[in-house]
Amino acid sequence: MADTKAKSGLLLDIRNLRIEATVFPPGEPPKNIVLVHDVSLTLEKGKVLGLIGESGAGKSTIGLSSMGYGRGGVRITGGEVILNGRDILKGGKDGFRKLRGREVCYVAQSAAAAFNPAHRLMDQVVEATLLHGTATRAEAEKRAVALFKKLSLPNPETIGERFPHQVSGGQLQRVMTAMALCSEPDLIVFDEPTTALDVTTQIDVLAAIKDAIRDTHVAALYITHDLAVVAQVSDEIMVLRHGRLVEWGGTRQIIKEPRQEYTNALVSVHEIEHQEQKPGTSPFLSVKNVTAAYGRSDIKVLKNVSVDIYPGQTLAVVGESGSGKSTLARAITGLLPPEQGTVTFDGRPLANRLADRPKEDLRQLQMIYQMADVAMNPRQTVGTIIGRPLEFYFGIRGRERDRRVAELLDKIEMGKGFSDRYPAELSGGQKQRVCIARSLAAKPKLIICDEVTSALDPLVANGILKLLLELQKEENVAYLFITHDLATVKSIADSIAVMYRGEVVRYGPKSQVLSPPFDAYTDLLLSSVPEMEIGWLEKAIKGRRMASAGN
Amino acid sequence: MSSPILKLVAQRVALGILLLLAVSVLIFAGTQILPGDVAQAILGQSATPESLANLREQLGLNDPAYIRYFRWLGGVLTGDLGTAMSSGQDIATSIKGRLWNTLFLAFWAAIVAVPLAIILGLIAVRYRNGWVDKLISGLALASTSFPEFFIGYVLVYFFAVKWQIFPGISTVYDGMPFGERMQAIALPAAALTLVVLAHMMRMTRAAILNVMQSAYVETAELKGLSAFNVIRKHAFPNAIAPIINVVMLNLAYLIVGVVVVEVIFVYPGMGQYLVDHVTKRDVPVVQAVGLIFAAVYISLNIIADIAAIVANPRLRHPK
Repeated sequence: MADTKAKSGLLLDIRNLRIEATVFPPGEPPKNIVLVHDVSLTLEKGKVLGLIGESGAGKSTIGLSSMGYGRGGVRITGGEVILNGRDILKGGKDGFRKLRGREVCYVAQSAAAAFNPAHRLMDQVVEATLLHGTATRAEAEKRAVALFKKLSLPNPETIGERFPHQVSGGQLQRVMTAMALCSEPDLIVFDEPTTALDVTTQIDVLAAIKDAIRDTHVAALYITHDLAVVAQVSDEIMVLRHGRLVEWGGTRQIIKEPRQEYTNALVSVHEIEHQEQKPGTSPFLSVKNVTAAYGRSDIKVLKNVSVDIYPGQTLAVVGESGSGKSTLARAITGLLPPEQGTVTFDGRPLANRLADRPKEDLRQLQMIYQMADVAMNPRQTVGTIIGRPLEFYFGIRGRERDRRVAELLDKIEMGKGFSDRYPAELSGGQKQRVCIARSLAAKPKLIICDEVTSALDPLVANGILKLLLELQKEENVAYLFITHDLATVKSIADSIAVMYRGEVVRYGPKSQVLSPPFDAYTDLLLSSVPEMEIGWLEKAIKGRRMASAGN
Repeated sequence: MSSPILKLVAQRVALGILLLLAVSVLIFAGTQILPGDVAQAILGQSATPESLANLREQLGLNDPAYIRYFRWLGGVLTGDLGTAMSSGQDIATSIKGRLWNTLFLAFWAAIVAVPLAIILGLIAVRYRNGWVDKLISGLALASTSFPEFFIGYVLVYFFAVKWQIFPGISTVYDGMPFGERMQAIALPAAALTLVVLAHMMRMTRAAILNVMQSAYVETAELKGLSAFNVIRKHAFPNAIAPIINVVMLNLAYLIVGVVVVEVIFVYPGMGQYLVDHVTKRDVPVVQAVGLIFAAVYISLNIIADIAAIVANPRLRHPK
């Protein structure tokens, strides 16, 4: 057996995997749904297979099946998972425990949540190694420090003494990779390891992971929804949709010559053509020299920020987390009164504090948020949610209100039938559409969109962006579009403000901001956006002029 | 590095002192509102107006209320709780022994109840929604739902009357040997344990189950840790703050809420002392006991707050 294994080099062989879960829809009897339909895959030692698809495609579920793990009530009901020559599904609970953390390790999407806040990093990094008795504590810690070094973490000797909250997100993600590598497993499951990071941090973590995989000869399942990211690290890519295999092939073939229509849609997703509009004669909203801080802190989150917004146009605000993008939105809406500077609207200054603004001013500025599901009252129907601004601002009630709600639903390409549904019964994209309809109902001049597509799958996000552009044409509404995603910016913006540590470092019409010569930060930001190109990562790392703030 | 913690702790302690002062005002005001005064109580119905006036003059009862309040407060701060009207004894001396008895009983009840509740909570989480969990929860809830006098009498019926293992009346006296004393308090301590167990157990279970949803618990499971170690090493340390809060509330109950149990077992503690003097309308004693109970309650809650602060690694190890 060992001989054939060594010859074939086969590490993981999943055959006809079937995974099911029981769901409990409200008011209906529990029913069984199939999450993964008879998917098969093989992975050789030291190779990286990328699993890609939108949410609900079953990629995490398949990845976790290699450890015999099902999240929530998920059950593996059919097929075989052959790891190192044996079917692990036959090993029972003890068998799973022995292979988890030893043969197969897991790197989660949010390392910040996946580390226990109560323990020091080192204790958590060596825990699995000690548990399985593969090394003494001293050996394991030595190995961990070496891995910290390899993953280019700062102060590799002492970073293990820190607690998770004392380390940045990008660093934690690398510590988690070190934790997975520490027990010298045969296989690591990377579950969206860079999705929660800023682009500028993502590229560093991605490079660190890639180097570590190459140097330790560990095999990996790399799960992500971002094809450009997976193209940098994988030998092969498997495209999944609704728990079924769509296409499986070499990385080059998948991104250059996709054979399936769905793969093609994923490859060409970001291409929306948007003709830039020249700024008009006078802006209707200007932010002038605004400085703001939270509490009485000396740390200014916004420093002397000035931007203008023109009727019916889009100003995109880009920057990484902590750059002050959302704080700018809070200052404009009055949620965070600026310490200095003014916001003028239609030629008159707006009151600094939300409470001092008349209803009419409130109506003119609406917001859409990243998390559509928490921005809606789960106990109200879609009709009530969209109808609320109509009642509140215009006093429209009864049949007239229902008619307007139906009109708005039509505008966001959802039917009248949705009016009686609750938010929980909608998909992520539909929820965001309802939020858009709610903000449109107030007939505002400006809608502030705070990372509205960040939590959505690429194809769904694309649909939302197209809808927003469409609505802008029809309603002549302006957008302040906050995002960290430069591809989105290209598809929607007329002008762009690049923010870095509370300051606007670059500001102007889109074509001007996006053409050289660049300042160092804009250059870093632009060069960090993954491109669907093999070898992009190495090129980008080599060409960088400054290190990202996340490190 | 410990400065944010020190600051938070100092804030809590200062708040506690302020709160205790406010409570002392309330207690004083409450006893003043009652009809009649100490002079009337001492001399009884048949007193002549002259003797009443003389006694009031003598006791300083004609002074304005705030002067009497500060006189009382000053006495309390210097350890002088006044004199009991009914017996003429010094309150501080008679309370000392009683307080010690109550603390003794509370201490042993807590020593049994707190670890038992937490371990049962951990076991309930380990076998959550299974029959073990349901059995533990069911028994604990049942024991809490019965009134404490009922539990007390059931214990007395079986252990004192039927099997005669423990005495039904918990007499203790100064200089009593430790072993005998323990035997005397066995039944009241058992009754108290049964009363407070469920609350702490349920809270432990709920707090840990809440943490069990976290991503780091999944990380621990994917390292291959056994279910019980996941709970003990990864879930429990993050659930400590709410558990400590409930434990402290129950400890406070063991000290200030034992009135019924002490009366059932005729145990010479604070509760019985309070009940005796309430029936005699002995205002100075009621004031003193009320203030002590308030102090116990407030200080245990401060300890809970401080423990929760110290248990938080974000505060213990700032960036």
